[in-house]
Amino acid sequence: MNLDFSVVTQSLPYLWKGMQYTLQLTVTAALGGLFFGTLLALARLSPIKWLSNLAAAYVNLMRSVPLVLVIFWFFFLVPLILQSVTGAERPPQVGAERTALITFILFEAAYFCEIMRAGIQSIPKGQVNAAYALGLNYRQTMMQIVLPQAFRNMLPVLLTQTIILFQDTSLVYVISATDFVGAAAKVAQRDSRLVEMYLFVALVFFLICWSLSYLVKRLQRKIAIVR
Amino acid sequence: MNYNWNWGVFFQETPEGGTQYWQLLWDGLLWTLGVSAVSWLIAMVLGAIIGTIRTTDHAWLVRLGNGWVELFRNIPLLVQMFLWYFVVPEFIPPLKRWMIATDPIYAQFLAAVLCLGLFTSARIAEQVRAGIQSLPRGQRNAGLAIGLTQPQVYRYVLLPMAFRIIIPPLTSETMNLIKNSSIALTIGLAELTFRSREIGEYTFNFFEAFTAATLIYVVIAMTANRVMAFVERRVGVPGYIGGR
Repeated sequence: MNLDFSVVTQSLPYLWKGMQYTLQLTVTAALGGLFFGTLLALARLSPIKWLSNLAAAYVNLMRSVPLVLVIFWFFFLVPLILQSVTGAERPPQVGAERTALITFILFEAAYFCEIMRAGIQSIPKGQVNAAYALGLNYRQTMMQIVLPQAFRNMLPVLLTQTIILFQDTSLVYVISATDFVGAAAKVAQRDSRLVEMYLFVALVFFLICWSLSYLVKRLQRKIAIVR
Repeated sequence: MNYNWNWGVFFQETPEGGTQYWQLLWDGLLWTLGVSAVSWLIAMVLGAIIGTIRTTDHAWLVRLGNGWVELFRNIPLLVQMFLWYFVVPEFIPPLKRWMIATDPIYAQFLAAVLCLGLFTSARIAEQVRAGIQSLPRGQRNAGLAIGLTQPQVYRYVLLPMAFRIIIPPLTSETMNLIKNSSIALTIGLAELTFRSREIGEYTFNFFEAFTAATLIYVVIAMTANRVMAFVERRVGVPGYIGGR
């Protein structure tokens, strides 16, 4: 067989567009997932029984279903939900790219919830008691005492989860969104150059993820709190 | 929402005739379990070996193990699936010839099993290494002191302990493996998720089809959880948290 990598260099601008979407999806899902995940974690740890049960049920459901199936679910549900919210006559065209954004935020929230829950639970109880003794309310205690420390303790885990998320975004391929892998697959099939394209994609992902996890490891050593 | 509910869809005949839609789901479930079981075996065997060699004092073995883990951990599973199905056969002509000649389902099964097995082996290797390294140094030294060789120390002292300690993370890796097997649908393997979407496309009853698949996945996850909790209770190391 003869390999011809010119297909890669010729399609670089198109691949870069796909990569931009991949990065956008990763960052948005990570930030959105972290926000909703923290809220979910607070709900799970709440003394209000129905609230914590509801949050636990959501997290457990999301974590026991494959991401591919979750993507299919939302691809089918999002237009229907938007239709019932806006009262439109036909389901609105949302597009694979925007559906993927919503899906990943809600899916990652379940995983970030578990990380933040572990982070919150790792804070000594004395901190919370001390905050209450100073007269802070729940909101102030969480915002100013507990969450900043939980976030700092969990930063390496959160970043590692974001690297996994970066890899998982490739699954938007199943709804034909044009992310990095989607773009590569389209070029590969058009030009019948699957070998070159997929080898290139694998190499790019490997270099990015490998160097990012190396940086996370270094960060972990640097910010480790001396106890 | 204007949606035509039809929970009876599973007992309708498929366009091919002779079969009902629930049989498609059942068929898909069997493929999901089959792919998961075979990949699990590959992953456990390779993971145990790779994890073990990463704790030896041979520098090149450690490097080989680390390289293995980094390689499979830093490429998305979807891309690995494409590599095994589309790229690897191009470099092995006899394999390519077999893949063209045989029923595609066997080629898809082989690629999926290799992909998931090796991917998961890297994750299990990481757990095995952590398990071995969590044991007190005295265990290895005591083993060597009573005259066991290095392989015997691993076989009779370290690995039996390590595997009992890492059962909880192995449980979640097993569940991840079952969920990850759905990615095999991208190379056309008709497993559970593939079948539920197929039913949705044939009948437009996406909601019912996805609900059925979701319930099946939840049941699998809960069953795996119960089984492993039982194993954990049976083999827990006395004296450790979670042991008897």
